[in-house]
Amino acid sequence: MAQYAVMIFERETPGGVADIPPEVLEAHGALPDRIAEAGGRTVAGLALEPTATATAIRGDLITDGPFIESKEALAGVFVIEARDLDHAIELARMTPIVDGGVEVRPLLGFEIVEAG
Amino acid sequence: MLAATARVTRDLDVAEECVQEAYVAALRSWARDGVPDRPGAWLTTAARRNALNAMRRARTLRAKLPLLMEPEAEEMPDLDEHLIRDDRLRLVFTCCHPALAREAQVALTLRLVCGVGTADIAGAFLVSEPTMAARLTRAKKKIAAARIPYTVPEAADLPPRLDAVLTVVHLLGTTGHTAPTGAELQRVDLLERALDLARMLLALLPQHHEVRGLLALLLVHHARRDERTDDDGRLVLLADQDRSAWDRAAIAEAHGLVEAALRAGPPGRFTLQAAIAALHAQAPSWAETDWPQIVALYGELLELWPSPVVALNRAIAVSMAEGPDAALPEIEALARDARIAGYRYVPAARADLLRRLGRSGEAAAAYRQALALTANRAEREFLEARLAECEGSGPSRNRKTH
Repeated sequence: MAQYAVMIFERETPGGVADIPPEVLEAHGALPDRIAEAGGRTVAGLALEPTATATAIRGDLITDGPFIESKEALAGVFVIEARDLDHAIELARMTPIVDGGVEVRPLLGFEIVEAG
Repeated sequence: MLAATARVTRDLDVAEECVQEAYVAALRSWARDGVPDRPGAWLTTAARRNALNAMRRARTLRAKLPLLMEPEAEEMPDLDEHLIRDDRLRLVFTCCHPALAREAQVALTLRLVCGVGTADIAGAFLVSEPTMAARLTRAKKKIAAARIPYTVPEAADLPPRLDAVLTVVHLLGTTGHTAPTGAELQRVDLLERALDLARMLLALLPQHHEVRGLLALLLVHHARRDERTDDDGRLVLLADQDRSAWDRAAIAEAHGLVEAALRAGPPGRFTLQAAIAALHAQAPSWAETDWPQIVALYGELLELWPSPVVALNRAIAVSMAEGPDAALPEIEALARDARIAGYRYVPAARADLLRRLGRSGEAAAAYRQALALTANRAEREFLEARLAECEGSGPSRNRKTH
């Protein structure tokens, strides 16, 4: 099994998380089980706060906002295990999306560093 | 042969190397011992043996390193018909995977399925050889890194994946460029490669009628190939082509394929395009073409494939079936459609309708718009001639040069 990042891009709304319909939040919660049923595995997941809370650093310059300004913002990332790209695509397509999409990219590696 | 070897190696670069080594070994061995009875089988066996040895060496290496375990390489199966067929399909579907950029799909198919050299592919698509080599390398790297599987899609996924393959083969056959001189791949060669690919696909997937549609469409292109430009390389309109010079055998074959495909069930977009092309091909002249039927076919195509380009072609057919004023509103709407902003055939079509309606001033302005978007020499000359006609200076005098 190979590992892939699934990056979620969503158009941001003024109310932020409060604007996400409850059924979408529920679907996100149910996603790891659905992925497991389809022969994959969810390894990890990150849900990000809105881009208004982001800080970008380029060399010495610190600015408010995301690194790349875009119509659809990076909202979260999760890591899955899949047999191959076709399987990864099948699993990634299960991601509940309001207004945007996902990017699927293979991982060079994944590691959680244990506190010393 | 490449397909069969790739099945063992799962890595297209390594498979290519094994095939090369097999050819080199063949040259040496056959010069010494004579050509064997079944040279194809000899070569394929040699290539697969090289591949298995390569995999064994790699596995030994990996066993000594603490990396994730890879799936075991398969034992060499019998080289029977079924597996050879399966391997070629796998190779085609892999080269045309949707995760690869369209131009990468076309280049990879030409390189790996048709065996065309990188320099020739570069020439056909007007890029430098290093650019084309880089494109091919990137595509192979993506296949390996993202793990695009070397498989034929499941039945449920087959229709969209097959549509992608047919699109690639069609593009390959119709967008290559004629080389000025010499041994570079000519557009005619590319069309023949595309025909070979379409025939191969039909032999491998006879139950898929869209493949018949694609083959028929390519056959009609092939039938008209000599007449599209005149001896000076000037564009000749479908309306003005010498239809007696079209390849009637190819058209007849196309016709048969279209009928078979249409009888088999609801037509897909290649079958519909082929039906339209076949109607043009069987008409004795432009004026005697069955325009209402073509309008109806474009209508069906538009439902399957809501592309503004299809809408444009339908509007042009409407202008022939019902007159230019019937089609003008649709073309004006397309001229405002952001999806095809910059598509030169929209102002060109609009100019043509205005010209036919006798509105020369507006037609001239539209021809200028089309010229601003057109780089191809043959097309520019055609548009400039029309522009000159609209301005009353005649086609052969006072031609504007910019």
